[in-house]
Amino acid sequence: MAVHPPAARVRQPRLIYEGTRIPSPIPTVLQVRPELMEQGDIMQINFGPNHPSTHGVLRLIVDLDGERVVGLAAVVGYLHTGFEKTMEHKTWWKAITYPERIDYVSFQNNELVFVLAIEKLLALETPPKAVWMRTLLCELNRIHSHLVFLATAALELGAISMFWYCFRERDQILDLFELVTGARMHTRYFQAGGLAEDIPRGFYDECRTFCERMPHAIDQYESLVDRNRIWLERTQGVGLLSAADAIALGQSGPVLRASGVDWDVRRTDPYLAYDQLDFNVPVYENGDVYDRYRVRMEEMRESTRIVEQCLEGMPEGPWIADDRKVVLPPREELHTSMESLIHHFKLVTEGYRVPEGEVYVPIESPRGELGCYVVSDGGPKPWRVKFRAPSFVALEATATCMHDALVADLIAIVGSLDSVMGEVDR
Amino acid sequence: MSRDQIPGLLEEREAYGETTLVVEPGRLLEALGHMRDERGFAFLADITATDYLGWREEARDVAGHLGTAAGRDLNAPSSQGLELLPEPKPKRFSLSYHLLSLEDRSRVRVQAWLDDGEAVESAVSVWPTADWHEREAFDLMGIRFSGHPNLTRLLMDDDWEGHPLRKDYPIGGEPVRFSSAE
Repeated sequence: MAVHPPAARVRQPRLIYEGTRIPSPIPTVLQVRPELMEQGDIMQINFGPNHPSTHGVLRLIVDLDGERVVGLAAVVGYLHTGFEKTMEHKTWWKAITYPERIDYVSFQNNELVFVLAIEKLLALETPPKAVWMRTLLCELNRIHSHLVFLATAALELGAISMFWYCFRERDQILDLFELVTGARMHTRYFQAGGLAEDIPRGFYDECRTFCERMPHAIDQYESLVDRNRIWLERTQGVGLLSAADAIALGQSGPVLRASGVDWDVRRTDPYLAYDQLDFNVPVYENGDVYDRYRVRMEEMRESTRIVEQCLEGMPEGPWIADDRKVVLPPREELHTSMESLIHHFKLVTEGYRVPEGEVYVPIESPRGELGCYVVSDGGPKPWRVKFRAPSFVALEATATCMHDALVADLIAIVGSLDSVMGEVDR
Repeated sequence: MSRDQIPGLLEEREAYGETTLVVEPGRLLEALGHMRDERGFAFLADITATDYLGWREEARDVAGHLGTAAGRDLNAPSSQGLELLPEPKPKRFSLSYHLLSLEDRSRVRVQAWLDDGEAVESAVSVWPTADWHEREAFDLMGIRFSGHPNLTRLLMDDDWEGHPLRKDYPIGGEPVRFSSAE
């Protein structure tokens, strides 16, 4: 693993293959070569949309020449629910629940990016305690997301036991979320201005216990697969993606870092408390399925370190901004203060107004650069919300990664891109 | 950035710490190529189309806009104070390209304004990642990209009618099969 100083730049990555492998003329569709077509032995089959190893409802139309994948087209949209349209019809604070459901595995990060966009338009300061708690929860969420990746990716390659081990720790993270927010998933804990509630008593101790345990759990996962011949042979050298192709295809997050590009929004464009935290950004250079797996394993370790630092450095003080035009008044004031009651009523029924403008806020979600583009017309509802979904972009790389792949590699490659279909289809 | 260097640049705006470069739609591809090759914006993060149909009209039906400096006029019952209308927009659709420079970490938004049915050149030749982003903008917003190798619907069914993210497309407007009325 390459450890580098905070101000690292994009290094010259190792050459994974000569030239480009992006298919032409359609960059996302691998077309069968005409000479193969003439042989007439090509079989076209459907993977999905309900195949167990396609991470949800992804459909791949695959052309096979024996075991070899010679053509591929991804068909998406089976989970399109019109989140962005629906959000235009909800007040800002009600719309916060929707991003979580877009990527149902990294819900905290998705929630955060929308809240950050609102706060950017409102120029709202968040108290330090809320900033640090958000950082903590987002990192727990990153571990959670990578655990789901590892569990399902290994499961698809036949390592069933990995699934149970990963879901053991995943469940502990969900327990922590439940302790803090009352919900295991889709927690709706971030408000514009801070957190929805104070951090409950007992959380720090529980979270510390988890942090002590997690490195050992990661050791266990590694001991299960890292020297496993089957795992290594099915992942190493498979699904190659060069740095240049990864950038041209807009890849981000672990996929980009596994191709040797040192890019992490937490470091290059720090948000929350990341500029005050000490963490490494793992970068690997082979651009294959194995390196994408390694990046995520290292990231789980780093995230555990970040959670520990957040627990150490958690400031005291208020957990939400004191801006009565945006933030709900404290519950107890509703019984005594007419003014607070009015504010509460107006905020709940009509919602707060967000100044006119357009912003694009990027964060590093577990899957890569998650961007939120928001347009406000100054009213109580968003005019336009658009998510730059890293899973959506990751799927664009399937055809490029599929160079010389076998059917078995296809499963490993799709798994390594770690797409969540909810986020692809939105 | 100096104005004369970016092809087709109409306006440069700074807001919320973000730079927006508005370019002529006819020279968009040229401008994007220039941004990638001459200014180091090697990474296309996102393409977003936005429909501004009804912009400035919808804002009226809610009470008390931001910046109600004067407050309510007590002599005119049910007036809602200062009606702050948003800035007018040049055309119906905006098309925003969010670019990122991996070298100096800067971000920029290249924007073009389009009327309904007005086509722009596809950016797939500049960034392959534009493929799906443009298909999404076509599918949900009905933006036409000329020169796109595969401009078909991406998220909706192939035979879907209309473009759901347009403002004149109603929410819940899709036909429901097997309803009791059938």
